[in-house]
This record gives sequence, C-alpha cells and structure tokens, in this order.
Amino acid sequence: MVPVNHYLILSAILFSIGTAGVFLRRNVITILLSIEIMLNAVNLTFVAFGRALGAVDGQIIVFFVMTVAAAEAAVGLAIVIGLFRHRESLNPDSFTLLKW
Amino acid sequence: MLFYIFGGVAILASLLVIAQRNPIHSVLLLIASFGALSGLYVLLQAPFVAVIQIIVYAGAIMVLFLFVVMLLNAPHEETDYDERVHPLLQRGPMRFGALLAVALIVELWWTLTKGRELGAFSDAEVTSVAAIGRSLFRDYAFAFEVTSVLILAAMVGAVILARRESR
Amino acid sequence: MTPLLVAQIALTLLTFVALLSSAAAMVWVERRVAAMLQQRRGPTRVGWQGLLQPFADVIKLMFKEELRPRAADPILFALAPIISATAAFAAFAVVPFGASTTLFGLLDEPLRLQVADVNVAVLVIFAISSMSVYGIVLAGWSSNSKYSLLGGLRSSAQMISYELSYGTALASVLLVGNSLSLSGLVNLQSGTWLGFIPRWFVFVQPVGFLIFMTAGVAETNRAPFDFPEAEQELVAGYHTEYSSMSFAMFFLAEYINMVTVSAVATDLFLGGWHGPFLPESLGWIWFLAKVAALLFFYVWMRWTLPRYRYDQLMRFGWKVLLPLSVINLLVTAAGVLYFGL
Repeated sequence: MVPVNHYLILSAILFSIGTAGVFLRRNVITILLSIEIMLNAVNLTFVAFGRALGAVDGQIIVFFVMTVAAAEAAVGLAIVIGLFRHRESLNPDSFTLLKW
Repeated sequence: MLFYIFGGVAILASLLVIAQRNPIHSVLLLIASFGALSGLYVLLQAPFVAVIQIIVYAGAIMVLFLFVVMLLNAPHEETDYDERVHPLLQRGPMRFGALLAVALIVELWWTLTKGRELGAFSDAEVTSVAAIGRSLFRDYAFAFEVTSVLILAAMVGAVILARRESR
Repeated sequence: MTPLLVAQIALTLLTFVALLSSAAAMVWVERRVAAMLQQRRGPTRVGWQGLLQPFADVIKLMFKEELRPRAADPILFALAPIISATAAFAAFAVVPFGASTTLFGLLDEPLRLQVADVNVAVLVIFAISSMSVYGIVLAGWSSNSKYSLLGGLRSSAQMISYELSYGTALASVLLVGNSLSLSGLVNLQSGTWLGFIPRWFVFVQPVGFLIFMTAGVAETNRAPFDFPEAEQELVAGYHTEYSSMSFAMFFLAEYINMVTVSAVATDLFLGGWHGPFLPESLGWIWFLAKVAALLFFYVWMRWTLPRYRYDQLMRFGWKVLLPLSVINLLVTAAGVLYFGL
C-alpha cells in the first residue's frame, strides 16, 4: 500500500504544473485548463486525506469542489466567448485597454 | 504499482497539456489526465468519486471546453510575432520560470516528506455511496442546497454572457 | 490460474465475440425488418435467407480504400472511431446477463455472468456512455469539413442533452431498488405478485421506462432522433469523410450502443434474466429474448416514425423529457417515502 505522502507529493506536482501553465501560457483557454488541473490536484489531496483519516468528508468536499469547478468553467468559457467576439484574439495580452 | 502507473500518466498528460500548442490536443490530454486521476480515486477506495470525476469532469466540463474551442476555431496562440516581441516568452525568462517551477516542486517535496510521516493507509473498506449520501444530506445539507443555487446562477450567467448582442 | 480466473477470461472473450456477432446480426435484422415493414423482401440471396449479408457488407467495407482528407488532423482523425468503438464495448463490461453459475459444478465458486462486477455499475455505464460523445465530436472536427463539423456538433449537443433525462430516469429506478449494483437490482426483480405478474420494475416505473427508452434512442442517435446522421441523406453527417474500416467502426459503435441500452433497460426494468419455465442457470436465454424484443422495437421505430427536425428534437429533450423525468423522480421519491416500496 502506497503511503499517504506519495499521494500528497503527486498532488503537489500536479498543482505546480497547473500553476506553471497559468503563468506561462498566452491563451485563455489553456489558462482555464491549467486552473482545472490545479483543482483536480486539490481534489486528490482531499480524497487522500479523507481516506487516511477514515472520514467520508474528504469525498463530500470533492463533490462540492467539482460542482464549483463546473460552474466556474461554464462562466469562464462564456466570458472567453464574449472576449473573443470583441477582439478576435485569445491572447490575454491583447485585452489591455480598460475601455471595452 | 498501479499508483505509479496512474500517477505517471497524470503527470505526463498534465505536462503535455501545458506544453501543447493546439488547444484541442490540450483538452484531449487533460481528459487522459482525468482518467488517470479517476484510477487513483479507485485505488483510494473511492469509486463514487472516481465515477463522478468521469461523468462530470471528463464527460461534461471537457465537452464544454471542446465545444468552445471548436466554435471559436481557436487559433493556436502565440504567433511568431508574439514570440519575438513578448518579454515573457524569451529564452531567459522561460528558463527562469522553469527553474522556479522546479524550486517549487523541490520545496513542496521537502515539506511533505520532512513532516510527520503519516504512514500507510489504515485498512478501510470501500466507501459506499450510501455513506456519502447520508453525510451529504444530513451534515452538509445546507451546502448542497446552496450548490444548486450556484449552478443555477452559473447557468443564467453563462447564457447571458455568451449571448450575441442582437441590437 | 484458478479455474475461476480461466472461466472469467473465457467469459470476457465470449462477451466480446457475442457483441460483435450481435452487431452483425443487427445489420441483417434491420434490413429484413425494414423490408417487412415496407412490404418488400429485403436481402434474401446471399446465403440462406440473406443471413450472409452482414459478412458481405463487412468484406465490401474492408476492401474499400481508406481515405483521409489532406487537411484533416491525422491523430484525431484516426482516434475518433477508436474512441467510439471502445466506449461502446466498454459500457457493456458491467452489464450482467445471467445468474451466477457454477458451470454445472466445474467451478468451486459461482461465476457471475458479468465481465466486471462493480458495485457502482449503473454509474459506470452512465460515465462510459458520456465518453462516446467524444468520438463523434472529434470525428466532426478532425474531418476539417463544414458539414462534418456541424453534424458532429449537433449530434454531440443532442447526446449531452438527452443524457440528463437518461440519468434522471436511471435515478428513479435506483430510488426504488436502493442499490447501484446492476446484479443487485436484477435480483430484486425475481418472483411474482399474485402469482402471475412478474416483479419487474417496469410495472413500478412505467413512465421511467418510457423516458429511459426515449432518451436511450436519442443517445444512440437512432430512429426519430437521427437528424445529425440523416443529414447524410440531405448533406453529410459527422462520418462523411470516413471510409472503409473507420466507417465500419462508427456503425459498429452505433449498433453496440443500441445493444447496451437495450441490455441495461432489460436489467433495470424488464427483470434481467428472470422468467418463467426456465431454471435460473438458463436465465440468459430470457435475457437474450428480452434484449431481442427491445432491439426489434428499435428497428421498428426507425422505419415507422418520421424524423424529428433538430430544433424540435432539442426542444423535446429540454422542455418535455427533462421536466417529465424530474417529476417522475419526485413522484417516485414520494412513493418510496410514504408507501415504503
């Protein structure tokens, strides 16, 4: 049986990959995908701890995190569609003017 | 053993997600990563969360991403002009950023292994859906109802934000 | 290699071969039943009564040239039919089709006639069917053709819309059955009331059964809900750029999805392998009979009902079927609570 720390390390690696994606990529859709990676890494930590402590609360929180991630992805993508219609570009650096 | 396979697939797929140029390939690789994570949840005796991960994340959210990428015909991002001009995409800053990411991983590794060894998992049986349901509808009932309002708000918001200005 | 393991491997292979044969049989059944409904003969020349017709079709498809448009994304173009076919086969892995049997005493423990016995089997089927959307949407996109893209997007939008009613109808059965394991749910349907009415869930959940079958037909892009595919008759569908074996994969996936939906409906609503006159160990014969009846119903609907237009289809899914399934769920929940079903 793999010790708990292994799951935590895996989750930390995934979280850092997600963070690197948010900072390094210049495409809003890939940024949103990296945010999803981060949320998944956190889910893994929750479930691992829930299992280690023998509580079902870890999985309950995962349920809520998934719901919130779904809602956030939907609204985020709607915003991306609106932005794209206006500027024809998915590069976040092109949205530098405060005026719409 | 299976842990290392699933973990390796998850890490590799996530790395490729942030490295791919074509957004559709990124989405598909992320689906592969979610599949690996679902396998990890099964290893953690949480089959319900594993199946929900496939249904919600890989089956619904990623379809949404895929639709948006296809509808926008998302160009693959940095044009050559951007690559020459953008200050963050030069070789120096990119290498520094990679170095910082590695430093972050090393720090996290150190923290997580230096601390109290949590040891192996205790033997627990597979979490039944009934147990999750009981906990969800008794202890977290309020959060559950609020979540449904949240989804409603997200739906309304998404429809309005993506609506075409038909004036 | 205990005898049980050998038996399980053999069962897996047998299920795979059976699914392939059922797809081939469906080709023949479809054409003959269509002919019967249209008062003509159908294929009768290739082998006795046309039974070799599916093989003729497969051989023809194998010899066709495998085309790929130059502007198509090569990885995705090759991947899409694979995803469709894999999801179709995988969804059948958790469907039980017979009672546990010891193979006439050869085995020490009973072998479940199910490739994988998971105690969240119902959810697994739902999860894998939601993955089959990807095969279609990727096929539409990677063909790099406007008609394919539109067909693919429409088809996948239809599938995800009807998944909701599909899942809610499933949930109503789960309320009554109180278990997520398909074998558990089937075993609850054994026995009879009053000596002759079998304890099938279809009598407890008639509306649920209708909703499930309707959503299932829409999920598999069949019968009155096949506008994105029948665009082929008008313009083109998501598999317009595919030829030879890739095309065969898509149709294989479609037929196997039909078989899976019928098998799940049989397990959930029609009592699975329970039936009179036969001993439990031969229950799979009843299972096959019920699945065959549902498949005949599928083909009958296709050749009888006119096709829904796409906006009518979407309106029906969201404004009629989804509220109906939610109301069904509420009524079922009330019934379970107050009458202790």
